Amino acid sequence: MSNTATGGRKIELWVGVLVLGGLLSLGFLAFEVGNFDNARVRDGYRVYADFQNIGGLTLRAPVAVAGVRIGQVTGITLSRDSFNARVELTIARHYDNLPVDSSASIFTKGLLGAQYVGLEPGSDEEFLGDGDEIEFTNSSVVLEQLIGELLFSKAEEAAE
Amino acid sequence: MNALAAIGRFTLGGVYHLGRCGVFLCTMLAVISHAWRRFALVVRQLYFAGVMTLLITLVAGLFVGMVLSLQGYYTLVNYGGESALGLLVALSLTRELGPVLAAVLFTGRAGSAITAEIGLMKATDQLAAMEMMATDPVARVVVPRFVAGVLAVPILTLLFNVVGVLGGYYVGTVQLGVDSGVYWASMQNGVDVFEDIGNGIIKSFVFGFVVSWIMVFEGCDTEPTAEGISRATTRTVVVGSLSVLGLDYILTALMYGGIS
Amino acid sequence: MPHSPHNPARPADTLVSVDNVSFGYGPRTILSGLDMQITRGSVVVVMGPSGCGKSTLLGLIGGRLAASEGRVFFDGGDVAALRRRELFALRKRMGMLFQSSALLTDLSVFDNVAFPLREHCGLPESLVRNLVLMKLHMVGLRGARDLRPAELSGGMARRVALARAIALDPELILYDEPFAGLDPVSLGVTLKLIRELNDALRLTSVVVTHDVDEGCRIADYMYLLGRGTIIGHGAPQEMLHSGDPEVAQFMQGMPDGPVPFHYPAPDYRAELLDAGGARS
Ligand SMILES: Nc1ncnc2c1ncn2[C@@H]1O[C@H](COP(=O)(O)OP(=O)(O)O)[C@@H](O)[C@H]1O
Ligand SMILES: [Mg+2]
Repeated sequence: MSNTATGGRKIELWVGVLVLGGLLSLGFLAFEVGNFDNARVRDGYRVYADFQNIGGLTLRAPVAVAGVRIGQVTGITLSRDSFNARVELTIARHYDNLPVDSSASIFTKGLLGAQYVGLEPGSDEEFLGDGDEIEFTNSSVVLEQLIGELLFSKAEEAAE
Repeated sequence: MNALAAIGRFTLGGVYHLGRCGVFLCTMLAVISHAWRRFALVVRQLYFAGVMTLLITLVAGLFVGMVLSLQGYYTLVNYGGESALGLLVALSLTRELGPVLAAVLFTGRAGSAITAEIGLMKATDQLAAMEMMATDPVARVVVPRFVAGVLAVPILTLLFNVVGVLGGYYVGTVQLGVDSGVYWASMQNGVDVFEDIGNGIIKSFVFGFVVSWIMVFEGCDTEPTAEGISRATTRTVVVGSLSVLGLDYILTALMYGGIS
Repeated sequence: MPHSPHNPARPADTLVSVDNVSFGYGPRTILSGLDMQITRGSVVVVMGPSGCGKSTLLGLIGGRLAASEGRVFFDGGDVAALRRRELFALRKRMGMLFQSSALLTDLSVFDNVAFPLREHCGLPESLVRNLVLMKLHMVGLRGARDLRPAELSGGMARRVALARAIALDPELILYDEPFAGLDPVSLGVTLKLIRELNDALRLTSVVVTHDVDEGCRIADYMYLLGRGTIIGHGAPQEMLHSGDPEVAQFMQGMPDGPVPFHYPAPDYRAELLDAGGARS
């Protein structure tokens, strides 16, 4: 249908510019603003870690070694017998040389920042594989508890 | 007694209006395939609706990004958290302000114009003339404008977001001295492509759908007088903008409410 | 009587027959008990005062409105009983000229005339061009093809609309107030065009107007609308010399008569006194 005979060329050009601008924007948002590169660890293996307390850890929180992101949290469940939090970590396939005696801790970025799982590599010759469990874990530091304990000890000091 | 009757009349009127609005949507969706058959018309309407709204969208996005950055900085710096400035700007834009403001701007600029255009076509018998020429005015006039609106709002939202992030970047790094690497890094660490950007795009599609629906409905529902057209135009802007804001709350609750 | 699609009483050369039709917008009745026969090849003028329902009648014939009672037949088929697709097929056989011309404001003169051709015929663009130029030539506006509707005078816009109405070579043309608001020259042109197109293209024309002079000049047969129904019909000469006081009042344009000068109102004296009493 050629009802757009008048000014058709200019219109098509501008609409092309608009659509292209939209697509470029999408790309910019996905790759520059968002973290599309490492948003989904698609090709990864899963390991599990039990924590007594995960604090404010959420799904998709990063997993890092020495501050370098190697994967993310892909599942959080409560163990039925021990009442520990069971955290599923998905780690990118090419980081396949983490020793089995590595330890996992929950850290906070900055004082009030989001929480993430930090791995401290051990020294074993064997490496973690899909479905393995990390034995050594340190729970999240719960700030309120810490402050509470601090105040309590101060109060005791003062009472003496 | 009179007040009671007035409330009743008002409610019935509202229900009646909503009902017609729903019926209208159905008649429109029944011939939505014409958007493909008459794609040139959709392109033409994308030009009028999209390109015409482009400039104010870009300018508005720039200023919103800049002011977010400024306000965010003054708040965050109190807690030593200015390193999260990029995150604050990007999240505010992609999750809420981009979709909402782009849709509201579209309503004010293009939505009101399209309502007036269709209303005028009705008042000058152009729609009736089309019917008498055996052409369905819904397929020929309404559907291309509706589809163009549904497509234009997400595109404008994306552009709004990008310009906003860049405006925030300019104010945050060049003027306020936040490190530019930190600005980007905080964004990239905190903005999730699906959770934040993806949900924002879904929102903008919903807004585009609703705003376009309202603008074409009000146009076709116009009382064919000068006064009727001006009332319909106003209604598009008021109802359209309020719907966007109300829906935004509902969508945010649905998308982010469950998690945490 | 069950709905039969054919009107048994229809004489063979009747293109449109309006059979005891009533219509109202909401509860307000506009037309009631209308009977009309429109003969093929004739120019039928429907006259009546403003607001008496002339445009409404054209809406009923074109199938845009549905009669609440009675039926309208086009070439033997009941217009209101058609499904949408059939109705659209029927409308390709009729053209309509709206009072406001109703040109599509975002298209040029050429594209306006080409509109129905492009919508329905799927012809190659070269053929569309030839057809459009031919139709525009008929109304004398071949040179105006690139103008926009906003650049046209009222008379020219109506001629373009006429070219558009005959684009699909219809059998019937409905004219809604074709003489309203035209200067004498445009008026002459319009009169000439209606007559010539009707005869040259073997059309049937229904012209709705409140202008007695023009109506009489062009009509083969006339209907006079009043009080929501037909108050008289006949050839123009019969109508002009009708003894019926209602018909005579309209045809001669007398201010007072069976249609009173005053809109129905309570007694003036009584109302004045009453208003004085109410204010104190
Ligand atoms: N869409 C409508 N809704 C309600 N009333 C209408 C509508 N269109 C016309 N009317 C009323 O119907 C009557 C006849 O209108 P119309 O057929 O346009 O008269 P005419 O063409 O003879 O001047 C008028 O009184 C008008 O107010
Ligand atoms: Mg009229």
